[in-house]
Amino acid sequence: MDWGSLDLELIAMQLFSGVALGAVFVMLALGLSIIFGMLGIVNFAHGNVFMVGAYAGVFVMERTGSFWAALLLGPLLVGALGLLVERFLIRPLAGRPPDDALLLTFGLGYVLVEGVRILFGSDGLPFATPEELSGVVDLGVGFFPIFRIFVIGVVALVLVALWVGLERTKVGLIVRAGARDPEILRVLGVDIERLWLWVFGLGIALAALGGVLAAPMRSVNPEMGNVVLGEAFAVTVIGGMGSLLGSVVAGLLAGIVVSMTALLAPEMASIAMFAFMALVLLVRPQGLFGKPGLGA
Amino acid sequence: MGQATLSRRTLVAGMAAGTLAGIGRPRPARAAETIRIGFPTPVTGPFGAEAKDQIRSAELAIRQFNEAGGLDGRMAELLVRDDKLNPGEAATRTLELIEKDRAHFIVGALSSAVQLSVNEITRSRKVLYVSISQSDTINEAKDFSRTTFHEALNPHMTTAAVAKHAFRKGTKVAYLVADYAYGHEMLRGFKRAAAAIGAETAGEILHPFGAADYSTFMPRLRSMKPDILCICNFGRDQANSIKQANDFGLKKVVRIVVPVLLHNQRLAAGPDAFEGVVGASNYYWRLEDTVPSAKAFNDAFRAAYGGAVPTDYGAYGYAAVRSLLMAVKAAGSTDTDKVVDALETLKYDVAKGPEHYRACDHQAVQSVLVTESKKKSEMANDADLFKIVEIEPGSEAALRRCDELGHRA
Repeated sequence: MDWGSLDLELIAMQLFSGVALGAVFVMLALGLSIIFGMLGIVNFAHGNVFMVGAYAGVFVMERTGSFWAALLLGPLLVGALGLLVERFLIRPLAGRPPDDALLLTFGLGYVLVEGVRILFGSDGLPFATPEELSGVVDLGVGFFPIFRIFVIGVVALVLVALWVGLERTKVGLIVRAGARDPEILRVLGVDIERLWLWVFGLGIALAALGGVLAAPMRSVNPEMGNVVLGEAFAVTVIGGMGSLLGSVVAGLLAGIVVSMTALLAPEMASIAMFAFMALVLLVRPQGLFGKPGLGA
Repeated sequence: MGQATLSRRTLVAGMAAGTLAGIGRPRPARAAETIRIGFPTPVTGPFGAEAKDQIRSAELAIRQFNEAGGLDGRMAELLVRDDKLNPGEAATRTLELIEKDRAHFIVGALSSAVQLSVNEITRSRKVLYVSISQSDTINEAKDFSRTTFHEALNPHMTTAAVAKHAFRKGTKVAYLVADYAYGHEMLRGFKRAAAAIGAETAGEILHPFGAADYSTFMPRLRSMKPDILCICNFGRDQANSIKQANDFGLKKVVRIVVPVLLHNQRLAAGPDAFEGVVGASNYYWRLEDTVPSAKAFNDAFRAAYGGAVPTDYGAYGYAAVRSLLMAVKAAGSTDTDKVVDALETLKYDVAKGPEHYRACDHQAVQSVLVTESKKKSEMANDADLFKIVEIEPGSEAALRRCDELGHRA
């Protein structure tokens, strides 16, 4: 490592790259975090739902020619699939040990990969950056792709929408109450099953949205979800299982950690995130924003 | 650890083979016994597309051999097994092919680690193996055996050809390298060539194998202010890193070169991301414009597979099986020793001009193409991906010397 060539501009640029990558991590972790936080289900198919989202994006893009349609319809299509999965696969497992749902989603992940291989081939598909979002912008300290800045914007929008939805609406109130004590809610006459159905669908749609957003940055292929699952897990664990705020903070921190490692010891970049996770867990076993005992 | 695993697998496979032989129907000793070629390749997993191309092309070679009458009426057969891109799995499948299916020869593998594991088995069983995966290691004396042949290019050949085309005296080269054997071998090849040409290293970054996001490497690569960005990785890593370098506008200030420009990754990433990227290749179908055997191979392939054209990795499968069966015919037998002798002296031209296996390390001496990925507007059709900018003719002088590899020259 040539320390002499490390100037402030490069460090500033690296920090920004880290935040941008962190936004991607936040996006990846959101769906996983919501489903765990509300339903207590660890969705092992999360990474592959992300992958299916990317393919749904390609599918819509090929038919409409519009990235915006893909961005909207892709997550809706996959979210609808999520509703079916909840209704017919997850719900029958209610009352059984949480491991059952975990195993189910684990198997579902394989089914999704093989299904995509059968429908779209194992080779991967091209997904061009939309014309209006391609190119780079000069940040003063370096150049950055416009599309990645757009991703930061979308993630911010989604977060605001989620926050308003959860904290400022009646539905949000019920969802939060349901996460805390489903029995009381049931006694009060709330149809908790229907609530869980929609929360699960939302979590799945968010994972798929992550896939559509990633499609122009990464190659779209059946295995693209494998890395994502690990990263999403690390972020949710760092942030505290089930904590939305935790996912956001942890995602951004993880992005910066990975980016700074990439600058100083690039071959360690992938491991950095998991080392960071181990470090956080040593100090705070429940994660940054997790409640003690939850998810242990 | 690896050794222990292998011997346990060996034991299990051996037991399975014994059981199956016991309950199976007795095999009649026929005069015209089929010539069986075992073909381990990663049918499932990330290189499934390349593997499928290998299989289709290898099957074409088998069919042509059979249609020409086989070996005095003895027909050939391809036994495809999925090695799942896993050295242990490949070892088990290879052992099964030899012990249970009684394969006469083994051809195949796609990853360099898997290939070495297959070679380990064939070497100990004294079965002839033609490898079709890129590697420098398999040429070296410690992994070599009389029955080991290598039809594929190796990193030394491909990097030399690309460097000769792209590097000049004083060119500043930045390297982005996958942190495992393949990347390291390629980097070593490029640096060796760069030193001879007088090109300079602007910097190098090792990236983790299988990384999906390369954004955090881009600012540093740009700050090195290189003339050329040399990306030494394979498969999905290649598609992702080139795509993201392009997103970061790096192609506006540097030229991107790769050791091996992959047909299927170019298809998966699309024309815009790869536009102008230069790399080496063992085969590109447009070779048919100048090389008659390429035309013949393409035409046979088109006829067999609905007008499709063969890919780079497909051509390896074809050349390996064709050359092997030519040697079988020349030897007049499937006896390993006789076929090894025949392969050593064989001159073949089945897809890309004259080739032969070098005596000391059984490396196929063959031409290396340098190709450049086309702009979308210049593509005549969906298969028109590259233009051939250089053909390095095959020559033993382009390989590492026999004594350098540890062979007696």
